Amino acid sequence: MNTGVRSTDRIALLPVEEHQRRQRRADSTCPQLWDALDSVKDPEIPVISIWELGVLQDVELREGAVIVTITPTYSGCPAMGVMAEDVVIALREAGYSNTEVVTRLAPAWSTSWIMDEAQEALREYGIAPPGRSCAGEHAEICCPQCGSSNVHSVSEFGSTACKALYKCDDCSEPFDRFKPI
Amino acid sequence: MSKEMIKQYAIRLGDDAVVQGHRLSEWCSNGPFLEEDLALTNVALDFIGRARMFYSYAAEIDGGDFTEDSYAYQRDCREFTNLLIHELPTGDFAFSMARQYLMDEFGLAFMECLESSSDETLSAIAAKAVKESRYHLRRSRDWMLRLGDGTEESHNRLQKAVDDLWGYTAEIFELDELEQGLANEGIAVDTTALKSNWETAVAAVLGEATIDVPQGDWSIRGGRQGMHTEHLGHMLSNLQFMQRAYPGQEW
Ligand SMILES: [Zn+2]
Repeated sequence: MNTGVRSTDRIALLPVEEHQRRQRRADSTCPQLWDALDSVKDPEIPVISIWELGVLQDVELREGAVIVTITPTYSGCPAMGVMAEDVVIALREAGYSNTEVVTRLAPAWSTSWIMDEAQEALREYGIAPPGRSCAGEHAEICCPQCGSSNVHSVSEFGSTACKALYKCDDCSEPFDRFKPI
Repeated sequence: MSKEMIKQYAIRLGDDAVVQGHRLSEWCSNGPFLEEDLALTNVALDFIGRARMFYSYAAEIDGGDFTEDSYAYQRDCREFTNLLIHELPTGDFAFSMARQYLMDEFGLAFMECLESSSDETLSAIAAKAVKESRYHLRRSRDWMLRLGDGTEESHNRLQKAVDDLWGYTAEIFELDELEQGLANEGIAVDTTALKSNWETAVAAVLGEATIDVPQGDWSIRGGRQGMHTEHLGHMLSNLQFMQRAYPGQEW
């Protein structure tokens, strides 16, 4: 929806950490490396990249070595190891063989960093997106199949740590919801 | 404050998390129904993840050849410093849920405090843990109400579980010299200060679940000093089997 708000005003609505992250990419002296990493997807949700997910925090080129900083989603997320390996592989394919992947814990990852396009991609993939609310806040949850909000929670813990299990009471489809944290 | 003390503290918190996570993981494929099975193992993963972060930090402070795996797989019972309540066998579902609830109620408050630790890494780990802990607590609290206020069978089992666990909750709120020293510096959490809020919250939930709050006339302690129940050794023989049979094995 175009409300005539200038884009600079809208950026202020982002969580400050997310704004800084996008700024790091925009100001980067090695944009080709960020671009190369756009091919790295979440192995469990192959429609969104680690950039869109908010996991990719920084990319630096220091004396021929690439330093990639990522932040874990959930503490025990088994996909993190795969993402780190995929980062190394993607950069190798782009011609950079010397890559170090650094994990940074702070600031703690939040689903509010997941970009709008990625939230939409999640919905199309069949996962109800977390929205931009924080943990504990109630956002309306809609069935990703039929769009109905007539849904109920089956379990707070779904197929992976980041998802909860729901069922639609209109079209009867069970679906995953990306939990806001 | 010596880095060695912070390392010891990180190992303690890692021990709590790994033992808690392992016990929960024992429910994998044994849950009462599929969704619950998934939930138990998801929560287990969160704790294993925490253990990795705490152990990694300890290894980083140590600066030697130790890794997160060395702490989990290459130490014997007496070197583990987890709180005793975590190592008790899973028992029946009511026992596991009661333990989880009592510890989730404590764990959320603990992590909220640790988030303001003056140690940056401990604070960062806690900031992640807090978000997950809210989900943990919501779920285990629901189970308390459902089991306590459910059938006569579930009520009796839950009451017995709470009675059997109660004496193990005392040491959660006690500080030894190491933790007191770190707490004075604003690094460790002063758990003595969390006790009354915990008691109030637990009493309210137990009340709603129609479960009696135990008398509190017995207590067992010693985990932080490496004095364990017989159960930890059995648990470690399972947890550490691969690394003991094939030291240094990777896959
Ligand atoms: Zn539907």
